[in-house]
Amino acid sequence: MNGSILQHLAVTTATDIVRARSVARQEAARIGFGLADQTRLATAVSELARNVLKYATEGSCTIHEDSTPVEMRLHITMEDHGPGIPDITAAMKDGYSTGGGMGAGLPGTRRLVDKFEIESSPGFTRVTISMVRKRQ
Amino acid sequence: MKVPIIRLGKVLLVSIQVDLTDAAALQFQEDLINRISETEALGVAIDITSLDVVDSYMARVINDTASMARLLGAEVVISGVQPFVALALVEMGRELINVDCVFNLEQALKKLEVSIAARGDRGGNRDTYEW
Ligand SMILES: Nc1ncnc2c1ncn2[C@@H]1O[C@H](COP(=O)(O)OP(=O)(O)OP(=O)(O)O)[C@@H](O)[C@H]1O
Ligand SMILES: [Mg+2]
Repeated sequence: MNGSILQHLAVTTATDIVRARSVARQEAARIGFGLADQTRLATAVSELARNVLKYATEGSCTIHEDSTPVEMRLHITMEDHGPGIPDITAAMKDGYSTGGGMGAGLPGTRRLVDKFEIESSPGFTRVTISMVRKRQ
Repeated sequence: MKVPIIRLGKVLLVSIQVDLTDAAALQFQEDLINRISETEALGVAIDITSLDVVDSYMARVINDTASMARLLGAEVVISGVQPFVALALVEMGRELINVDCVFNLEQALKKLEVSIAARGDRGGNRDTYEW
């Protein structure tokens, strides 16, 4: 990816969830995303960071920008070295949870953002979400 | 970080002022349920104007808290859901928040007053309703 890394955050404690979502919101605001998109991104980051803590114990969150003069472009990657997701198709379905949750996190996150990419294998999971908006 | 709980007659008032960690949210749930039980509150108004993110976890804590409160005998009303929070919650899907909501604390108190009066199941002591 072109562009630059804005933030790289460790996700190791529950406090990091709060920090990651607030940093994501700040960066989105600084780039020029509106309140609705800031909130979508903050909520998405919160869901993904919680999954990292819950299923992989720890991981990291990287915020990346490759905006152009015509577009605001923000990408957030959540990465961990936990057990991985054996069945991604199932995990993306509403209501599917192996952790006694509502199974709302991943499918909900996908609906909040413009682009959602997930790759996972034993020992590695990476979710990248993107938000792209034309500048006004 | 404790969430202060204020008693106003038969109603408890809570205003969540800061973004809560998961542990703080659960602590809040426990504190509130204990206070409802101690005070035999008939209603609880929870204002979340200051929350700029409500993810599925927080939504669940809010729903569970309301269910527990109802089991004890108290009604719960949420006030101050921010428009962008509402938008994100609905986009995420399903009925993530399943509790009565109003714009502000004043309306929350009115709503509680009405529903408590309508219940009329607390020993006929009229003073109870005049808080
Ligand atoms: N980082 C991860 N590592 C391993 N498994 C994961 C990871 N993230 C999600 N999963 C798996 O995908 C499933 C679905 O995740 P999702 O976030 O949608 O629901 P949940 O976390 O179970 O519940 P909720 O988010 O509603 O509290 C999880 O139950 C888990 O099995
Ligand atoms: Mg989840």
